[in-house]
Amino acid sequence: MAEPVLQLSDLRKSFGALKATDGVSLDLRGGEIHALIGPNGAGKSTLIHQICGSIRPDSGTIRFLGEDMAGLDMAARVRRGLGRSFQISSLAPEFSALRNVMLAVQARQGSSFRFLRPVASDGSLTGPAMTMLERVGLEARAKVPAAELSHGERRQLEIAIALALGPKAFLFDEPMAGLGPEGSKRLTGFLDGLRHEAPILLVEHDMDAVFALADRISVLVYGRIIATGTVAEIRSDPEVRRAYLGDAA
Amino acid sequence: MTALSRETLVSALLLVLLVAIPVAATMVGEPFYVTLATRIAILALAAVGLNIALGLGGLVSFGHAAFFGLGGYVAGIFATHAFNGEPLPFGLAATTSMPVIWLSAMALCGLVALPIGAISLRTSGVYFIMITLAFAQMIYYFAVSWPSYGGEDGLSIYVRNSFPGLNTAQPLPYFLLCLGVLVAGLVLFQLIKGSRFGTALEASRQNPTRLAAVGIAPFGIRLVAFAVSAMVTGLAGALFADLNRFVSPSMLSWHMSGELIVLIILGGKGRLFGPLAGAMVYVLFEYALGGITERWQFFLGLILLGVVLFARGGLLGLLAGKARHG
Ligand SMILES: Nc1ncnc2c1ncn2[C@@H]1O[C@H](COP(=O)(O)OP(=O)(O)OP(=O)(O)O)[C@@H](O)[C@H]1O
Ligand SMILES: [Mg+2]
Repeated sequence: MAEPVLQLSDLRKSFGALKATDGVSLDLRGGEIHALIGPNGAGKSTLIHQICGSIRPDSGTIRFLGEDMAGLDMAARVRRGLGRSFQISSLAPEFSALRNVMLAVQARQGSSFRFLRPVASDGSLTGPAMTMLERVGLEARAKVPAAELSHGERRQLEIAIALALGPKAFLFDEPMAGLGPEGSKRLTGFLDGLRHEAPILLVEHDMDAVFALADRISVLVYGRIIATGTVAEIRSDPEVRRAYLGDAA
Repeated sequence: MTALSRETLVSALLLVLLVAIPVAATMVGEPFYVTLATRIAILALAAVGLNIALGLGGLVSFGHAAFFGLGGYVAGIFATHAFNGEPLPFGLAATTSMPVIWLSAMALCGLVALPIGAISLRTSGVYFIMITLAFAQMIYYFAVSWPSYGGEDGLSIYVRNSFPGLNTAQPLPYFLLCLGVLVAGLVLFQLIKGSRFGTALEASRQNPTRLAAVGIAPFGIRLVAFAVSAMVTGLAGALFADLNRFVSPSMLSWHMSGELIVLIILGGKGRLFGPLAGAMVYVLFEYALGGITERWQFFLGLILLGVVLFARGGLLGLLAGKARHG
């Protein structure tokens, strides 16, 4: 089998006495959606932060496309093909939705050290950015400042920005949170197709979405992975049912 | 009328005022007002420079007097050497040609800004403010204690430096020259603001994590912005020294840094014409009230307080409405 796109080996991170990541090994393979589930405070976001480079692990390695990520900052990892969304939307609030995506398009094209040509009339930026907004269904809100978008629209915009980067792996931290049943359903359908563009590491509490989408599920509890397997395996795992799923399974 | 076109209208009005007053003053033989308008234009240019770092990048540099003063010293040192017929250090030929002086001032300020920025930008918030202040104070004390160029007493420029095809000794031509440079500075600011670089720079102000999460490291963007900002302020410093035919360490002092920040906050941070609006109000206040009371800065302080509390967009925001972003 081919080498996984993303591979974490024995990752550890403590905040004082709290072991937020306690020996996590996990991989993401081409074409799959790998869901990461677990109770609040289990350390899911902390893990995403370490993959992205905003938190430095105490020990362990992160390999992405065969390269060790240690020593690379967030921007460098993104340039190598990691596209992420944040659990709490993180946008340029004064920029319009379109300009937020244009920023990603410009970053993907390479140089941001161009000082004279106006971006507003640059079709090589506005064109692809608009396409990404259309893909997430936000084209009608293109001109609205990000700060004035609804919560759900901001989540969509985060996805559009990640798409615009054309990444080689997606890391989504609770993209469904606060979307409501309609929105979750739509996003579920969208992510289902997206796995063919790049594999997705999906942190999510919405179990309907996870069971519908995941090729594999890993369950994180107190910083440890207690089980990894297919949907059926995880649903029937007694330890997982006790620690997290309860009645949902 | 939309907010955008109203801001354009107000801005055009400011520019017309800035041109009309000295032209009228010259016609009725009151050259003092020409000097006043020149002072406005130059301070506005210095603040346009700072506005790149502060307004677009959110980098509150409390050390831009360093670049203003360095630009001034470049003009003064060139003039002094040319006057005495001595070559400059490093075997450079002394000249009184302003274009050469301006380029030298900008190059020097850019070069000095790079290490200062590289160190200062490792910090943020109040530490950034303090560290830029500290660097500027170091340069200030260096100038005070270095006797070759006048030390504390400063350096006189006996004959204003020259510009091809223009009699710079006359107030009105020199004003028009400074106005032209100011307009060039404004055009540069607007181009930067609308460019890819400006987009990244404004994103670094609004949310540096977002910028990094699309793969652009905020540090490099900020460093270049800091250097470009310093170059424009340094250019203004060279013009200022030639206006006064004098340069002294006071151009490097923290008062000057504070004054530049005040101009921007007063006029409207991040707005194209904010610095000009701020400089006009500041200089007119200084002139109108400075003659009556030494405490004129008290009244300026009151206005500044009002702006900060009730009109975050500055005077320009008050007149023209909320800024729109693309
Ligand atoms: N910077 C930090 N400093 C100290 N403790 C932290 C820090 N970040 C996270 N933690 C703690 O680490 C633990 C894991 O947090 P994390 O945000 O990764 O959980 P999570 O699995 O994403 O939870 P949720 O489902 O609520 O988003 C929590 O107990 C949290 O309080
Ligand atoms: Mg989380």
